[in-house]
Amino acid sequence: YRSIQLINSVTSPTSLCGSSINGGWERVIPAFRSVCGEDGVSLGAAVREQHGRDESVHRCRPPDVVVWPRSVEEVSALAKICHHHHLPIIPFGTGTGLEGGVGALKGGVCFSLRNMDRVLDLHQEDFDVSVEPGVTRKGLNSYLRDTGLWFPVDPGADASLCGMAATSASGTNAVRYGTMRENVLNLEVVLADGSIIHTAGRGRRPRKTSAGYNLTNLFVGSEGTLGVITKTTLRLYGVPEAMVSAVCTFPSVQAAVDSTVQVLQTGVPIARIEFLDDVMIDACNSFNSLSYPVAPTLFLEFHGTEKSLEEQVTVTEEITQANGGSDFSWARDAETRGRLWKARHDAWYAALALRPGCKAYSTDVCVPLSRLPQIIVETKEDLMLNGLTGPIAGHVGDGNFHCIMVMDPNDQDEVIRVHEFTERLARRALALDGTCTGEHGVGLGKRALLREEMGPLAIEVMQGLKATLDPKNLMNPGKVL
Amino acid sequence: MSPASVFVCLSLTLLSDYPVIRVKPDNSGVVTDGVKHSMNPFCEIAVEEAVKLKEKKFIKEVVAVSCGPTQVTETIRTALAMGCDRGIHVEVSGKDYEAMGPLQIAKIFAALAKKEEASLVILGKQAIDDDCNQTGQMTAALLDWPQGTFASEVTIDGEKVKVVREIDGGLETIKISMPAVLTADLRLNTPRYATLPNIMKAKKKKIANMKPADLGVDMVSRVEVLRVDEPPTRLAGVKVETVDDLVAKLKANGTI
Repeated sequence: YRSIQLINSVTSPTSLCGSSINGGWERVIPAFRSVCGEDGVSLGAAVREQHGRDESVHRCRPPDVVVWPRSVEEVSALAKICHHHHLPIIPFGTGTGLEGGVGALKGGVCFSLRNMDRVLDLHQEDFDVSVEPGVTRKGLNSYLRDTGLWFPVDPGADASLCGMAATSASGTNAVRYGTMRENVLNLEVVLADGSIIHTAGRGRRPRKTSAGYNLTNLFVGSEGTLGVITKTTLRLYGVPEAMVSAVCTFPSVQAAVDSTVQVLQTGVPIARIEFLDDVMIDACNSFNSLSYPVAPTLFLEFHGTEKSLEEQVTVTEEITQANGGSDFSWARDAETRGRLWKARHDAWYAALALRPGCKAYSTDVCVPLSRLPQIIVETKEDLMLNGLTGPIAGHVGDGNFHCIMVMDPNDQDEVIRVHEFTERLARRALALDGTCTGEHGVGLGKRALLREEMGPLAIEVMQGLKATLDPKNLMNPGKVL
Repeated sequence: MSPASVFVCLSLTLLSDYPVIRVKPDNSGVVTDGVKHSMNPFCEIAVEEAVKLKEKKFIKEVVAVSCGPTQVTETIRTALAMGCDRGIHVEVSGKDYEAMGPLQIAKIFAALAKKEEASLVILGKQAIDDDCNQTGQMTAALLDWPQGTFASEVTIDGEKVKVVREIDGGLETIKISMPAVLTADLRLNTPRYATLPNIMKAKKKKIANMKPADLGVDMVSRVEVLRVDEPPTRLAGVKVETVDDLVAKLKANGTI
């Protein structure tokens, strides 16, 4: 039986779950095939490797087999087989995560959900829509473009919306439109034993509710450790009538961040407020052949009616100029705005281009707004003191920023120094009443920090919930807790 | 004297980047029931260009036109929400709709353009479901008007239109007199999203209804589709152990 021989010949460290499975695979693989069809199961090494890594620096941990269910009934049937045979289940959306969430640490079965790609139940007047896990953010917005509605949560990558729910994703628009936590109304979830639940009741989509425990937000951010999300009902928003973008440079980090805090305090409903430090702007200039002044910079975007835009912009400009900010560089139409934002969107690649051949790791802390100036200034000092390459880009409107740590993976000393830096940064954020992960999730690398952040009693409650929903610890083992 | 009205001619196509398209079991065509339909992306660009020209005050009125069954009125409404002033729905359904091709559509658009005295007819360069790229050119020929196809830039200069066209060798700039036919290419502009307030306003704008016979157009097609097949499924590759094996196999199947 050729397929079984392939498993035995693959040289990944934890490819088999346990010797009791060796005999069981011969029954399990045909069982999988009878659920999702001959083409719906793969043991190929290349396929398994593709499904064992995401966009983080964590090394590839391939599963033993990849399956492609086509419906929630198939997901449930597959889960029952895995439950019976004690096989780990790893849900896989688009593989665009940044914290190693899809690595199959104990081998097992990767449930690749991309073939469940329908947009269901769009209710235009109610501003809600339900989607299957194969629908991505850009896919949904393309589908919606005739309706005047959009889903604004934008984490950068063209991620699966159910995957975004699983990691409680956020993005550049969160300051105005919120994160996934605020925008998921209901979830259909398959639990480890194959049971299918609807976290707010089947088909329900009221804009608000006070019915029972908030199961929806228990699963949002659970990173595949409590169940497989097979459908999410999302809150939609009206497409803004007009948008205006602007860029403004500042004499210091303090001035830029102070401006951010003040703009929010005056109640301007700013849609995007992004910070790039001088190192980042310099990298962007080189990468995109631009000539922005090399200084702390804010990229701003305003959404609204023509009249409200004028007001928003006037108030904001007064604040930035009071803090020593430069005149605004403007953009109104779609093409010019696109060019303006290209610098920010390409930040990751621009950072990598600073040191070709290196890898990049993005830190992700979030603190209350008033603590933002302090943490950014201290972090920049830390970077300079330790000779690290870490251009900063951040959603300062949420108090969230990323240091894109560019490092040579073969330079052990640098890797260790970067690791120590990120631990110091996370602890600095925790000390300032913040969190070790604003939007990327805990995944593989921040479990210890999560314990520090939550404290032992809260962690015990989380472990209790995990034990209740997944007593055999089959759901994405080794992540979050 | 600025041109009076601009006709934007729209096509409703299968939204091909989203679902999987299947061939009907009898190989007579593709399955269209239950598949999401939407305004052809190049037609969106055409609408955007027409609305932009009106915003810059080069033209007075933009009319959105489309041929097809009742579904097509939704597409016209989207165009109205993007800024067109009124719409015309030329009703074609059933067997006539299935047989409808670029020539029939071009005859309809040409008849309408003459009847309403349009100064400019703008279309998308091709529909993404059939990729014909013929309607604009046929319309111009039937009207005996100049054409600026594959436009990536359009400027109105008095009675003439300067069009930068994307061609295989690069960019070609031409100047044509109005009335003229233009077809929009990808880089002409980025179409705006229809916003909710505009969608509400669009509900009040007028869409006139007519049939091809009202325009004196006969819908008979001289093209008969014999068969539609899916592309052949890709066969699995064969692994060989050595370069000699590879060469032998390539010789055996006549590749070298």
